[in-house]
Amino acid sequence: MANAEVEGRPGVAAPPDSPYAIELKGISKAFGPVQANRDINISVPKGTIHGIIGENGAGKSTLMSILYGFYRADSGEIFINGRLTAIPDSQSAIRAGIGMVFQHFKLVQNFTVLENVILGVEDGPMLRTSLAKARAELERLSRDYELDVDPDALIEDLSVGHQQRVEILKALYRQAEILILDEPTGVLTPAEADHLFRILKGLKEQGKTIVLITHKLREIMEATDNVSVMRRGTMVDTVKTAATSAEQLAELMVGRKVLLEVSKGPAHPGEVVLSVENLQVRDEHGVDRLKGVSFEIRAGEILGIAGVAGNGQSELLAVLGGMLEPGNRASGRVVLEGGQIALQGRGADGQSRRRAGIAHVPEDRQHFGLILDFTAWENVAFGYYNEPEYQKNALFMDNDALRDDTRRKMEKFDVRPPDCWLPAKSFSGGNQQKIVVAREIEQNPDLLLVGQPTRGVDIGAIEFIHKQIVALRDAGKAILLVSVELDEILSLSDRIAVMFDGRIMGFRDPEATNEAELGLLMAGIAGNGEAA
Amino acid sequence: MDRLPRWADVVLVPLVSLLLAAIISALVILSIGEDPWAALKVMVEGSLMTGLGWGYTLYYTTSFIFTGLAVTLAFHAGLFNIGGEGQVQLGGLGVALACLYIPWPHWSLALVGATLGAAAFGAAWAAIPAWLQAKRGSHIVITTIMFNYIAASLLVYLLVDVLRPQGEQSPATARFPATTVLPRLNEVPGLNLIFTDKVLVNVTFFLALAMAVAVWALLWRTRLGYQIRAFGKSESAARYAGINPTWIIMVAMLMSGALAGMMSVNNTMGEAQKLLANSAAGAGFIGIAVALMGRNHPFGVVLAAFLFGFLFQGGAELGLWTKIPIEMRIVVQGLVILFTGALDMMVRMILIRLFAPFRRVKPGTA
Repeated sequence: MANAEVEGRPGVAAPPDSPYAIELKGISKAFGPVQANRDINISVPKGTIHGIIGENGAGKSTLMSILYGFYRADSGEIFINGRLTAIPDSQSAIRAGIGMVFQHFKLVQNFTVLENVILGVEDGPMLRTSLAKARAELERLSRDYELDVDPDALIEDLSVGHQQRVEILKALYRQAEILILDEPTGVLTPAEADHLFRILKGLKEQGKTIVLITHKLREIMEATDNVSVMRRGTMVDTVKTAATSAEQLAELMVGRKVLLEVSKGPAHPGEVVLSVENLQVRDEHGVDRLKGVSFEIRAGEILGIAGVAGNGQSELLAVLGGMLEPGNRASGRVVLEGGQIALQGRGADGQSRRRAGIAHVPEDRQHFGLILDFTAWENVAFGYYNEPEYQKNALFMDNDALRDDTRRKMEKFDVRPPDCWLPAKSFSGGNQQKIVVAREIEQNPDLLLVGQPTRGVDIGAIEFIHKQIVALRDAGKAILLVSVELDEILSLSDRIAVMFDGRIMGFRDPEATNEAELGLLMAGIAGNGEAA
Repeated sequence: MDRLPRWADVVLVPLVSLLLAAIISALVILSIGEDPWAALKVMVEGSLMTGLGWGYTLYYTTSFIFTGLAVTLAFHAGLFNIGGEGQVQLGGLGVALACLYIPWPHWSLALVGATLGAAAFGAAWAAIPAWLQAKRGSHIVITTIMFNYIAASLLVYLLVDVLRPQGEQSPATARFPATTVLPRLNEVPGLNLIFTDKVLVNVTFFLALAMAVAVWALLWRTRLGYQIRAFGKSESAARYAGINPTWIIMVAMLMSGALAGMMSVNNTMGEAQKLLANSAAGAGFIGIAVALMGRNHPFGVVLAAFLFGFLFQGGAELGLWTKIPIEMRIVVQGLVILFTGALDMMVRMILIRLFAPFRRVKPGTA
């Protein structure tokens, strides 16, 4: 380690004149042949909210991991408060006053908030003193920053938004002056996201510096003072947020003009493809997840289901997609193309659904839609391994045919890199989703179920996936779209149903409604004009 | 993110692990006042330098291939079958019944019959834990361990009270008829030029190799294998795809049990010519180490089984020709398992560090 570098603890004798909380100079990092960061320079002024935006795989997370000591840069220097600082591990980062809130929270589910906050920074072998000290400190922090978390609540009982606040509390308790948030709103409802931004503004007013990593343009425009744009491992530009626009940022990110609005013609609905009557689902604890849902979808129509996550949308997709968790009970009547389909037991599995002409892009592609350790071509067979075109004879699968088919789909859906031997986990989120979407749409289903089609997907891929969904609609197929992104629902749907607490609160015409009205319905405040 | 080149991952990591295990073993031998170099010479000479030694080594290898494949197949379905020990013993029962109660005209037919019997009994013994796992969620690790004990007790009962011939003192079945004696490799035309002495390894060796190829083809070339691997990687995704979990658990465990059971063709039919108590003699557990070291790939299992065959035979030689007790082979095996299995990541991390300077960036390939 170079002599000039000081590990952590910059506050001790930091030159007070440095206007920058973080300065990175010439940071480069490669993983094998992939250059994740190339000669990155960035300066984050103290007491500002600084956005870092870029598509998935642009190198944002790598850069922040270097700053937090998970990776060591191959070259380059890090200055914290004007002081050259070595950050070989996350302990040094914490000592340097850096706190990180990860996309996937690192909380112990069956510990209380208080226990999670002191975890790893206990004062001694006995917990009592640490807990008492932490309790006082937590109360002060909650009061100062509008964090509003019960210190004695168990993590597993908290909403996702509250869990995130616990992560922020953890960082603040460790005296973080610089707070890095990685894709913080990916799991939040619009209201929770707004609250988060209020908290961040409060922190800024107290002099903290905040780095916000995201690929959502709207958040950048709303919350940040400055924004740095990354593309393919390089820093493209840093601009004042007030002096730019979403369109300009999108162009910087992708490197070409991007259509932020979905262009689609009017729908030409045909025959009823799917009719759902009084669908109910009760989970293994006896809680009703769906409380009698009824709707119809016609050929050539996209029905969008809006709603805050956890109001029954997942169960709706699970029943229709034949992947209801064991222990859940479903009842009601679902008719597909004139034939009633089983909701439970035999004939209600994923294979039966696919045979019946239902394809399903699941909400959670990493958990359901893909086997991450499988290669791309193995994933293209996933769910469709029984298709005759993939069989060589009665005994063996035709893996060559499958690989050819995969190459064709990867080309058509612009999956990058177009290497069918790469495991699914090596693709970026957007490309993973393209593999799933390609697999499901290319089966030419009568009904496509789509859950959160663009969650964790970069802008370029969002545009592409939206186009494919509209193209399938225009080919006369029925589409059920579930999304927590209101923008997506509003721009893609031909009709909108809003779900709250296992019920459909109402149907709306996307042309004749707005976010405010949908927001009220999503919060369970019934509108008028119920229709089914 | 940082990764090793594939050849280093497949070849170098196990070799370095082995080397470390050998070094520690040498230190252990030194500490009991013996010469490790002399010990290694005895092991190699006794297991690899003579036709007779090869015969023993390959005989053990055959047994370990079966049990290693059994663990491997179940592992790909996400199931840890440590019931090989019991399944081997029940397989032995199948072999014994087939050999004793069916009059076979020729050894080749007897081999087919005994193999089927061994597979059926081994599979049946695995079926119960599999059913409990699939339907009741009883953890397969716990139940298969318990079934090892039940198998041992059952076999003692059967051998003492039911199958033991009148007048015999030891708990074993009667000797199998002469038409069921399997040819040793020194009796196989062509191979008798290599194996000039009467050796232990018999034609079951080829059955073991065939099974390795069959398991490979099953896992990576068939729909069933595809479903087994998918289920093993992600149960939730398997539910999404419509893969029936009960079916996969049952089929994978039945095949796993059948493979373990087939080991009895090698020892009970090929060597002992009667069913003895504790016929598995630890091979079921060694199968776990073999699968671990073979990276759960059938061809890796064959290589790992050979290594363990060598250790087993070499260890026996130690007991014969040196003052080093035969138990030393358990120490050596333990160290090999420790380094190739448990400490695998440690060796990998060291190698990744060593390789890092050679895997510098090619510019402009981001």
